[in-house]
Amino acid sequence: MMTAIEHAIDQSQHSNLLSRAMNFQAFWVLIAALLACLTLSLVTDTFATERNLFNVARNFAFVAVIAVGMTTVIASGGIDLSVGSTVVLTAMVISVMMYNGNPFWISAIAALSASLLVGFINGVLIAYVGMPPFVVTLGMLSAARSAAMVLSDNKMIWEFGPDHDLLLAIGGGSIFGVPNPLYVLLVLAIVMTVVFKWTRWGQHIFAVGGNEQAAVMTGIPVNRLKVSVYMFSAFTAGIAGILMAGWLGSVTTNLGQAMELTVIAAAVIGGANLAGGEGTPLGAVVGALLIEVIRNSLILLGISSFWQGMFIGCFIIIAVGFDRLRKLKSTD
Amino acid sequence: MSRLRVAGISKNFGAIRALEGVSFEVEPGQVLGLMGDNGAGKSTLVKIVAGNYRPSSGDLFVDGAKVDYHKPIDAQREGVEVVYQDLALCDNLSAASNVFLGREPRKNFAGFKIIDYAQMRKRSAELFAQLKSETRPCDLVRKMSGGQRQAVAISRTLLANAKIVMMDEPTAAISVRQVSEVLDLIKRLRDQGLSIILISHRMPDVFAVADNIAVLRRGRLVANKPANQSSPEEVTGLITGAIQAA
Repeated sequence: MMTAIEHAIDQSQHSNLLSRAMNFQAFWVLIAALLACLTLSLVTDTFATERNLFNVARNFAFVAVIAVGMTTVIASGGIDLSVGSTVVLTAMVISVMMYNGNPFWISAIAALSASLLVGFINGVLIAYVGMPPFVVTLGMLSAARSAAMVLSDNKMIWEFGPDHDLLLAIGGGSIFGVPNPLYVLLVLAIVMTVVFKWTRWGQHIFAVGGNEQAAVMTGIPVNRLKVSVYMFSAFTAGIAGILMAGWLGSVTTNLGQAMELTVIAAAVIGGANLAGGEGTPLGAVVGALLIEVIRNSLILLGISSFWQGMFIGCFIIIAVGFDRLRKLKSTD
Repeated sequence: MSRLRVAGISKNFGAIRALEGVSFEVEPGQVLGLMGDNGAGKSTLVKIVAGNYRPSSGDLFVDGAKVDYHKPIDAQREGVEVVYQDLALCDNLSAASNVFLGREPRKNFAGFKIIDYAQMRKRSAELFAQLKSETRPCDLVRKMSGGQRQAVAISRTLLANAKIVMMDEPTAAISVRQVSEVLDLIKRLRDQGLSIILISHRMPDVFAVADNIAVLRRGRLVANKPANQSSPEEVTGLITGAIQAA
């Protein structure tokens, strides 16, 4: 069927795996992160130690887990500013419940239900009431953190009842030398990569992000889809909140403060398009990795951590700049 | 029995009367050219037939049966499809994904239902071939020409086994060569027994494919007659009001 010219075009467009990979922003971010790692291993003797790599792997997993959820929201054309507050709310729900003697699993289910409720409220206000995502989730950013403060009376909680050790082991422990949060991230990223590509839900998210009106006209249940997307984003924040409670061994109401910015940065650096319709879980993971490597390197190199924001800011702008450049090239 | 019968449709938006007692019929395998100036009520009429609006009064019949839609999906179930001027495609998805958007075929894989991309590619390649279009299923819509986009949008209606296809300005904003491509697409749809309502400002395009021509002016149907008994001059007069009715 395929004529010679079609074949030639096909060849030039998909010539090999490398050139296809080079079209992905995540590929370049990964290169940048690896280069940074390489440089750090050469100029410091503290980076490539088992302890430090373990810490980097664990620390970035929390941001990356939520960045996968954020990528889903961004791909659908929305934004979720409330994830940092959802983290503290879930962490507070699980710690208050466990402090009061409830077992881990019941407390975890209650905490995740709280996060899903946050996402549900966000989603309903955005999809059915038609309010802008930015405003709704900004309001939720304030409200959810406030709820966490009310719940805990703004006290620090560091005793988690009968399952105290289990919570600490889940969030802070490791299996075969790999920190537990990283396993959670791996499972989440792989599952979501498959879901994005191979399920209707995944494809419809990209359709809504690409052209919402078209999605409505083809009969996709856009409103229900949006609610589910915000619930998923809040759910990833809830997972991270539980893991962080176990890792830190204590929960205060400033947990996850300003985390939404790091998460959005990770997603955008990883190729999520704030205009909607683009983004990959792998990109979110790689974006979060780059941010953590930068943070870690500043500490190891003895540079003031005040510079961290400058670097992340520059990377966001560079990432978007690269994206523009690629678009210009492809429209030639 | 006519495929579509519009009987005395009126539509008010508050004090504004967008349509007043519009009636016409379209037979299977027939192309109706619907013409009128901006604000004459064409798009309101399209939206009523497509289920976006409900008429203030009057009835719609598909294959002789009265229909009453509440949502566009109700109209789609009756076999009514619209190809919009801006085409309603997702630029970030492939041609095949756009053709199947909202009705992706699925297959079982290890107990999960996953999208059957192979079937989507195969079927959309068949549809593009049926329309004699050079569109390739895996290409992103973002990279396509106007004619190829039309083919994708029209393939959607073929996939849905549409009985009535309304096309809103399908030949606006595309090159001359692509216009003849799109007109060929319309003729192929007609030959397959579909009823087509073509909304256009471009007189030569309408006269090239339309069997009947209907003209709206200020919400009223001022003409509905066979194209070969009319002329571009007469239609222009009807649109502007120089000719009252024909």
